[in-house]
Amino acid sequence: MLPDQFLFGVEVMLNGLMAGVLYALVALGFVLIFKASGIFNYAQGVMALFGALTLVGIMDGQVPFAHLINAIFGTDVHHFGWHVPAFLSILLVMVVMVGLAWCVQHFIFRHLVGQEPIILFMATIGLAYFMEGFGDMMWNSEIKKLDIGIPQGGSMWIEEATSFLGGTNFYGFFIDKLEIVASAVAIVLVIILVAFAQYTKQGRAMRAVADDHQAALSVGISLSFIWVLVWSLAGFVALVAGIMWGAKSGVQFSLSLIALKALPVLMLGGFTSIPGAIVGGLIVGVGEKLFEFLIGAPFLGGATENWFAYMLALVFLVFRPQGLFGEKIIERV
Amino acid sequence: MFDQPESFLTADGRTIGGVMMEMKNITLRFGGVVAIQDISFDIREGEIRAIIGPNGAGKSSMLNVISGFYNPQEGEVWYKGELRPSMKPFEVARQGIARTFQNIALFEGMSVLDNVMTGRLNHMKAGILGQALWYGSAQREETKNREVVERVIDFLEIQDIRKTPVSRLPYGLKKRVELARALAADPKLLLLDEPMAGMNVEEKEDMSRFILDVNDEFGTTIALIEHDMSVVMDISDRVVVMDYGKKIGDGTPKDVRSNQAVIDAYLGVAHD
Repeated sequence: MLPDQFLFGVEVMLNGLMAGVLYALVALGFVLIFKASGIFNYAQGVMALFGALTLVGIMDGQVPFAHLINAIFGTDVHHFGWHVPAFLSILLVMVVMVGLAWCVQHFIFRHLVGQEPIILFMATIGLAYFMEGFGDMMWNSEIKKLDIGIPQGGSMWIEEATSFLGGTNFYGFFIDKLEIVASAVAIVLVIILVAFAQYTKQGRAMRAVADDHQAALSVGISLSFIWVLVWSLAGFVALVAGIMWGAKSGVQFSLSLIALKALPVLMLGGFTSIPGAIVGGLIVGVGEKLFEFLIGAPFLGGATENWFAYMLALVFLVFRPQGLFGEKIIERV
Repeated sequence: MFDQPESFLTADGRTIGGVMMEMKNITLRFGGVVAIQDISFDIREGEIRAIIGPNGAGKSSMLNVISGFYNPQEGEVWYKGELRPSMKPFEVARQGIARTFQNIALFEGMSVLDNVMTGRLNHMKAGILGQALWYGSAQREETKNREVVERVIDFLEIQDIRKTPVSRLPYGLKKRVELARALAADPKLLLLDEPMAGMNVEEKEDMSRFILDVNDEFGTTIALIEHDMSVVMDISDRVVVMDYGKKIGDGTPKDVRSNQAVIDAYLGVAHD
């Protein structure tokens, strides 16, 4: 039999890992775009929100721009009155995300080729607020419940199977089923992404563009096609993160703030590394939960989860600015 | 249209065909600076065409015009008997024009093999869905492309470094890998921007031999820029000489060598 305190610690760590998977997912979206185009996409979080909003809207048969339509035509429409199955809705949202990627490339970044990184970054801030407003106008700003049939609540099976480990105060590990599903989905998604990048024509082209734009052009790769592709992939990743987060705590506008949690993840993992985003996400997830459990709650009055990740990132910035897996930038004088 | 004279044989028995690419009155400006001023010349099928000239003469700019990296303000580019509209570099590449760069543009994070493989991207037909649904045909295509790549790797004698990450290679080998990538695309026209810059005598001899072999065995038309006069005179069929953005000579190496304007440019005679 193991001491209860230790088992609680393990439970906290497991829950941290699950939370970390979601952080990793959001960070992954950043890395995809940053690697291929050098754009730090501030709108990644809003893309997750937008994806989740659109998914709920389509599933519930909401009329898009209902408020606008009603204001102009004096009507009172809000729902079509049908429900679309989750699977079909997700496919439709994926089409929307590709459309969004195309618009982003053709209306914004096509005109900003060769600009300074700070200008590109500012453009993504503009994009973030535009999309937030657009999503609000399209699907209104109520908090929505997202239920695509993922099981929720603690897994009884795991609790029962592990309760023998500790004494009478330990009832087994409590792990949310949703988080197990989220982790499984994230793992599958990463495997698909890696396989795509390694073995398909478009994946090869994507890696080539990430490596050297000029060389990519010279072998006949269209940069703008690849950029639409990476924004679409980042859109899919954002959608998955949005679904998981939305299922957990409802689709609401604070969802866009998960992007901020991805920042320390990126600083840890490096902005250009896919494994870095994953490992960084897990470290932040586990780190903040364990820190709260071991030090935060007993000694610091709790609520350390709000700032722990940023402190960790700061320490990393001082001692290893390129992150765990990032490329070291050496400039010759 | 322009006249296409009959093909003819060179002294060493290669066939030079009709005009493949013709540049007509090309002018390229960057703001107020004129990089290329009203230059016309042609490239014939199967020949090795050199563009030479002192530093800043506009040679690289000319190559960038041919490969679509720059769009000239004036003039016309004719390719295979058709007027080429203004194109993006990747579209030019898809027309069968491959190139190398003066400052080497390789995919540093990839192995030699992967780099050369990217040269085949335009020959891969299967799209994302196709690759997922018809796995068999995608794989056959992959095998075929691998064969071409292996042939190029053998040809340029880089078998022993095929798995090495490009970033670890010395300069001379990088140049050769870049040539391999361009060759893997099976180009109709191969553009080489200073293929021998920064090389020692031995490396230069190797590279010259590869260029001649490529031309000889694959019949690839080659346009190259070179600084080293003696190398150019040895390997090229015809030479364009540029100076200060203007064409000052055009003809066989023998003609060009005896051209007074060319001699002046190379010896640095003051311009009036």
